[in-house]
Amino acid sequence: MTEIIRAASAGTLESSDVYVEIEPRTQGIELQLESVVLGQFGGAIEAAVREILAQFQVENARLHVVDRGALDCVIRARVETAILRGKGDN
Amino acid sequence: MRRSMLFLPGNTPNMLINGSCLGADAVIFDLEDAVAPAEKDAARILVRNTMRDLDFRGCETIVRINSIDTPYWKRDLDEVLPQKPALILLPKTGCAADVEAADDYITLVEQRLGFAPNTVGLMPLIETALGVENAFAIASARSRVAALFLGAEDLTADLQCQRTKEGREIDYARHRLVVAARAANVAVYDTPFTDVNDDEGIRTDAAYAKALGFTGKAAISPRHVEVINQVFSPTIKEIRYAFEVMDAIALAKEQGRGAIALHGKMIDAPIVARARQTLDMARELGIGREDL
Repeated sequence: MTEIIRAASAGTLESSDVYVEIEPRTQGIELQLESVVLGQFGGAIEAAVREILAQFQVENARLHVVDRGALDCVIRARVETAILRGKGDN
Repeated sequence: MRRSMLFLPGNTPNMLINGSCLGADAVIFDLEDAVAPAEKDAARILVRNTMRDLDFRGCETIVRINSIDTPYWKRDLDEVLPQKPALILLPKTGCAADVEAADDYITLVEQRLGFAPNTVGLMPLIETALGVENAFAIASARSRVAALFLGAEDLTADLQCQRTKEGREIDYARHRLVVAARAANVAVYDTPFTDVNDDEGIRTDAAYAKALGFTGKAAISPRHVEVINQVFSPTIKEIRYAFEVMDAIALAKEQGRGAIALHGKMIDAPIVARARQTLDMARELGIGREDL
């Protein structure tokens, strides 16, 4: 299991990017998602975020994700970067 | 065929995701100068995902990693090599030992991934006075080296001179790199033209580079790509002449003649070699006899 030990962020608010904030939480995943395409792609974005969390075995964290129309590969990259920064790798 | 190479900043999604639609023969994902030190981790993950998940068919992928005197370059290679970029652009290459260090590590990773040897090529970026002076040793250091690349901005800083549009200050380096690369039988690429709004300037600069013998030229703006492609493509007149040369050769062979003339000029081996190169490029551009 990967433990998030500090608040971290990744990405930007520029077009085609996504800004991800992550911070420690004691129980479970809390995900707050904002997107310019929430109605159309909110489900897909949340699924991508949760998939990366699962891949890195993050079970407890609070995330704030602000999407600016990012592609799936960009969302996954930014969530991964935020996790690695939050677990103290950098 | 690699006429144009477009730099894309490695941590900017809206540039990366559109990279293959901008007309360049190759894109260079930049993990070095375009990325701030605090964002190196984010950029290499983003570039890795982009290369893995997006379709760059018809557009070769190159990655400029960080130089071997930084703590980043091995992690850059760990992330991007599994995506099989055509080339790694190695900044600040100053001597053969730099190539050897990079090649040794790339070889290790290639073996770990089960890739055939030299799956990924190496393109040393020559941007120091030392690199220019060692150009042939660099180009011939290892079989992985596929091309040399001139970087004029850092070079002129190292030479302690002004970088100008005319580029007289890099003339020696351009000549030296072309000769070194051709002697080592590798390709050679010219530095970008940095004034994004000077359409005439980029054409003049690219034409000059082509005249010196460069294989192609890099661009930092999509606006320069089309001009570079035009300049480094054979003209219809050149293609027509190349067909005439090959026809004349075939006819002479058929008639058992040794010496051949075309339009009153003797055709010798270098002319035939150039005609072949022209027709190779024409073929890649999809131009045949019927199009002339």
